[in-house]
Amino acid sequence: MTGKNRENYNANYIAYVNSFDPPTHHLKNCLRAFLVGGFVCTIGQFLRYILEAAGLYGDELAGTVSVILIFLGCLLTGLGVYDRIGRNAGAGSIVPITGFANSVCSPAMEFKTEGLVYGMAAKMFIVAGPIIVYGVLAGTIVGIIYLFL
Amino acid sequence: MQTIFFKNQPRIVATGTIAGPKECAGIVGKYVDKTLDDDTFGESTYEKAECKMLTFAARQAIKNGGGSEKETDMFISGDLLNQIISASFTARDFDFPFIGVYGACSTLAEAYALAATFIDGGYAKKIVAATGSHFSSAERQYRYPLELGNTRPPQSQWTVTGAGGAFIADTGSPIAITSATFGKVVDFGITDVNNMGAAMAPAACDTILTHLRDTGRKPTDYDLILTGDLGALGSRIVKDLTWEKGVDMQSNHVDCGEIIYKVIEDEFQGGSGAGCSAVVFNSYIYDKLKNRELNRVLLCATGALLSTVSSGQGESIPCICHAVSIENV
Repeated sequence: MTGKNRENYNANYIAYVNSFDPPTHHLKNCLRAFLVGGFVCTIGQFLRYILEAAGLYGDELAGTVSVILIFLGCLLTGLGVYDRIGRNAGAGSIVPITGFANSVCSPAMEFKTEGLVYGMAAKMFIVAGPIIVYGVLAGTIVGIIYLFL
Repeated sequence: MQTIFFKNQPRIVATGTIAGPKECAGIVGKYVDKTLDDDTFGESTYEKAECKMLTFAARQAIKNGGGSEKETDMFISGDLLNQIISASFTARDFDFPFIGVYGACSTLAEAYALAATFIDGGYAKKIVAATGSHFSSAERQYRYPLELGNTRPPQSQWTVTGAGGAFIADTGSPIAITSATFGKVVDFGITDVNNMGAAMAPAACDTILTHLRDTGRKPTDYDLILTGDLGALGSRIVKDLTWEKGVDMQSNHVDCGEIIYKVIEDEFQGGSGAGCSAVVFNSYIYDKLKNRELNRVLLCATGALLSTVSSGQGESIPCICHAVSIENV
């Protein structure tokens, strides 16, 4: 079964395996993501109104809302709830800022057993690192394009 | 000839098993020696818990077999963690030689085949062979942090939290290991690490066909052809592949991974990991062998021999399957 004609056989086999792929429920997934993502954003907007009424404005206001949402994301991660939400909500809980908090907080918890420096601190960005790198890169490229427009 | 026939028929005298709460909610719950309520087993890390489970399984197997650690000649074990730390750290507690083996999830069959070879050749009299895995330690090594809110793909399997081992000796039980087929590494080019069943099925097919050819047996000569952790999808594929080669094992093939869970959460295709075949065979199936509800079982544990580095570099997944024929004699 190995050896000769291996590449051909592989292609046949992979096509055969792919025929078993369960269908992805795009509509259902999108709806769930919309509802949960929308709910997170509604909480953010609600916080914004409250803080605005309390007298904050501008950058201070935006920053405070983000900080509260990040705190909530981390808290729910620590309580072991966020992964359960994520399992059902998909992109709805990954895309908002709470998802970013989860992707930093969860490795920090996971690798704590390997020490506070080389474990927790070093591996904290194992999931979020690529988001930061490519986020900054994309921002720079768009910024350069904007400069010449 | 790839199959070794054991003239002296080494015996599986007793087994020892332990499994986590999720596993014990399923079919093995009634048969294991110890059910964990807490998957940390009272330890501070999951790695320590895995090691403690393996130690428990090995000690329990010796105890159930009426043996003592003084008389035991050898400990053959392996696990999924890097540098097989659970097995080595377990061996640290034992005052007899240790042979560390790695065959990913096929470790159980590999350890049994090696133990039988040593005993059959007269080089050892009493050997304890065990393996285990832990969902949380495997997730950390192979996938993502536990609390990360991502979704699992529907082809994926769930690593079994549990350990199982057997006390294998030259006499002492009617349940014998009569032959073993060490498998070849087979790779059909699957690169999807979430689809282990499809990656491992060709290896299982290769070893089962080789075993049947070498022994001159038909699938119906076995009461049960038990694969390790192909899961629901992999089981379907292995039946198709063997069918294509003119071997029909629809009626007596069962997969440990497929039967271990009541699929309620995100187990999807079923269980996986070294602990999967270790727990199911050593508890549920061994009990059936002891009561003579089953008399001849072909244990074919399958393993995916990848690492996070190899899959990161885009390599396909080489797989292996070892088969051990276990009979009431």
